[in-house]
Amino acid sequence: MGNQIVNGRDASASPSKNADRDRLEFGNAWAYAPSLESTDHIRIPARHELFIGGKWQAPKSGVYFDSTSPSTDEKLSEFAEANAEDVDLAVQAARTAYDKYWGKMRGSERAKYIFRIARAIQEKTRELAIIESMDGGKPIKESRDVDMPLSAAHYFYHAGWADKLEYAFQGRKARPLGVAAQIIPWNFPFLMAAWKIAPALACGNTVVLKPAETTPLSAMWLAKIFEEIELPPGVVNIVTGAGATGEALARHPGVNKVAFTGSTDVGKKIQALLAGTKKRLTLELGGKAANIIFADAAIDQAIEGIIGGIYFNQGHVCCAGSRLLVEESIHDLVVDKLRDRIATIRIGNPLDKNTDIGAINSRKQLDKITRLADAGERDGATRFATKCDLPAKGNWFPPTFFTGVSQSSVIAREEIFGPVLAVMTFRTPEEALEKANNTMYGLSAGVWTDKGAKSLWMSQRLNAGVIWSNTYNKFDPSAPFGGFKESGFGREGGRQGLRGYVEID
Amino acid sequence: MEVGKAVKRVIDRVSAAEWQPPKGRLPVGKTYKMFVGGAFIRSESGRTFQVSAIADVSLADPATVNVPLGSRKDVRDAVLIAKNAQPAWWGRSAYNRGQILYRLAEVMEARREELTQSLVRGGADKTAQSEVDSAIERTVYYAGFCDKVAALLTTQSPTGGPHFTFSVAEPMGVVGIVAPPQPALLGLVSSVLPVIAGGNTCVAIASESDPRTSVLFCECLATSDLPAGVVNVLTGQAADLGVQLAKHRDVAGIDLWSDSNELRMQVERDGAESVKRVTTHDTMPTERWIDSAVGQGLGWVERFVETKTVWHPVGL
Repeated sequence: MGNQIVNGRDASASPSKNADRDRLEFGNAWAYAPSLESTDHIRIPARHELFIGGKWQAPKSGVYFDSTSPSTDEKLSEFAEANAEDVDLAVQAARTAYDKYWGKMRGSERAKYIFRIARAIQEKTRELAIIESMDGGKPIKESRDVDMPLSAAHYFYHAGWADKLEYAFQGRKARPLGVAAQIIPWNFPFLMAAWKIAPALACGNTVVLKPAETTPLSAMWLAKIFEEIELPPGVVNIVTGAGATGEALARHPGVNKVAFTGSTDVGKKIQALLAGTKKRLTLELGGKAANIIFADAAIDQAIEGIIGGIYFNQGHVCCAGSRLLVEESIHDLVVDKLRDRIATIRIGNPLDKNTDIGAINSRKQLDKITRLADAGERDGATRFATKCDLPAKGNWFPPTFFTGVSQSSVIAREEIFGPVLAVMTFRTPEEALEKANNTMYGLSAGVWTDKGAKSLWMSQRLNAGVIWSNTYNKFDPSAPFGGFKESGFGREGGRQGLRGYVEID
Repeated sequence: MEVGKAVKRVIDRVSAAEWQPPKGRLPVGKTYKMFVGGAFIRSESGRTFQVSAIADVSLADPATVNVPLGSRKDVRDAVLIAKNAQPAWWGRSAYNRGQILYRLAEVMEARREELTQSLVRGGADKTAQSEVDSAIERTVYYAGFCDKVAALLTTQSPTGGPHFTFSVAEPMGVVGIVAPPQPALLGLVSSVLPVIAGGNTCVAIASESDPRTSVLFCECLATSDLPAGVVNVLTGQAADLGVQLAKHRDVAGIDLWSDSNELRMQVERDGAESVKRVTTHDTMPTERWIDSAVGQGLGWVERFVETKTVWHPVGL
């Protein structure tokens, strides 16, 4: 397999035809002195109960599970595992809140509660960012500069819709659905809660939220914010637990809508589970995005876009640009630049303000990334990874890319959900398009070219819900986000995102 | 007589002594075929099912006719044809698509009497005329909608940072439609037109109880400048063909009109395997379909379009 010809290139050869050119040697130049975010003021309770009907309630299951820090392997706290009985109580609380006040409340009043949530998040950004990085492993500069500000923005944005829904659907009257069951992933715990809760509340629904079992901590802080801003009891209920809790929630007959973000496999199961129930469903599932770079692109900007596209948040991003399609004539140049660029990436303690890549979220995910990357090598691709020192404890995977990847290789087809990039080549825009669309996924894509007409031509033909043209991984509450094909259906954000939380007359 | 159920008519057998030649001339009956890729075809299975007239009107056909019994292979062929026809259909200008639909209305108007008679034959009787008129009106409505959808569904997002970000509505691709048994014409027209107005192509399963009117509608399509493969109509058992559509990976969405909970559940469950956009509905009385506040609108188009958001930096 090692010397198979891929795209007319010898995959086993060095990716660089000018390997003897002057290489940049960084040596220890990037070994920054640590700049640790202080955690002295963070008090994490030893145990967290369920947040149901505005009260902290011990689980009927009597069971608690641990959440550990993926960067230290230390236990952070334990969390109640909600069983079907607990889920039932949460759905009942949400129903009562919906029937008694939230569903009937004037939009302008609902709006003010949601504005309050946004403000409280802004005020607690630092603390929230720290616990998010502790629990999930993402670098503090990301939780501080991306997750928390965007979360606040999502509540702020949707608050403003609550009293303007009559404009959102061309004069058609919009009514809330009732109780929304929302199941969110571990890659952006606090931000995904915002994406789900904000539009649901703005449209007049009440919520039962289930955070992921490896990252429940920031949702507890969110519940404290709900208490603090005096959100009426039962409007948002939070039940912690793993897959069984999520299934009990999706199955519950008192739920009117299910919103799920996570893997395509689980998404399909939920969709099948809801067959015949008349529950509304939106799914935001996996991706295997193509990041397409043409020879006429601004190369250095594109390199930054490629790096951010795949290594942002350890590659734990459903819209990560995990397939790099490079126009053949600039393949060697791009690969050289990528090698230089990943050498500068700092991996390590998430609470270090210098850190670019933090810890892999869980041991299970690390094993999956390792297995898939090894399979890529077995499929004949050539691996490049940074040779940086990794901390002794915790889950780590160095930024990695593969060249000479065939279209049929597992690393070109499967979602890895880690810092692993598959590099492939193309000769014509048509070929790039064909390869980019050759996947069951359709969440996002990137196009790098200086030609406006070509960029729009590609954008019109790429089968993906989000196209980043000369940029990548940009998010905004006003911009709809969501997939084509098996990346799910429904949108989050923008006017389109409201559609998943209303019935239209 | 119950609407929607084919009633087997007792054919009077006469002895040779009693037989009289028909008055005037012997009419030429029609061979009913499915409409796929712009051609009228038999089922690859070679099988047919019988449809009998519920009310007799002076059409050429005998009281009972044979209609193709579409098969799984017919579904696969039709889906492939629809898939291949979709990019070119969406590639046409919205104005052009609108003109083609308007041409369809013109053709339907010219065959208004024939469509009405066919519905009466299928048992629609009292509502037949208003159903046909409504189908023509609805076609004109969607003809004028093709180039308005973008204006109503496109948004621009005031995203943070120097970006120009816009979201457009794009077709999903191939949509499978299981038309309601009744109204045989208006149900098919109302579910097909918004799907193709949004730029999709479709494979529709015609009313099982009155497939003949659907075939007549296909004859309108065939003479309306609609490119081949944009609308494909199969006849046969809705329960069987609907499930085949749900299982097909190249079908992006399904619109199912049926009162069978079992069928709805199966289509939704099978559709989940490829994350299909499935909408299922109870059937409605003809008056509801005729009501323009219910039977048409932007929401019908919206069901089968995708939002695509495009970001581009702004700068020198």
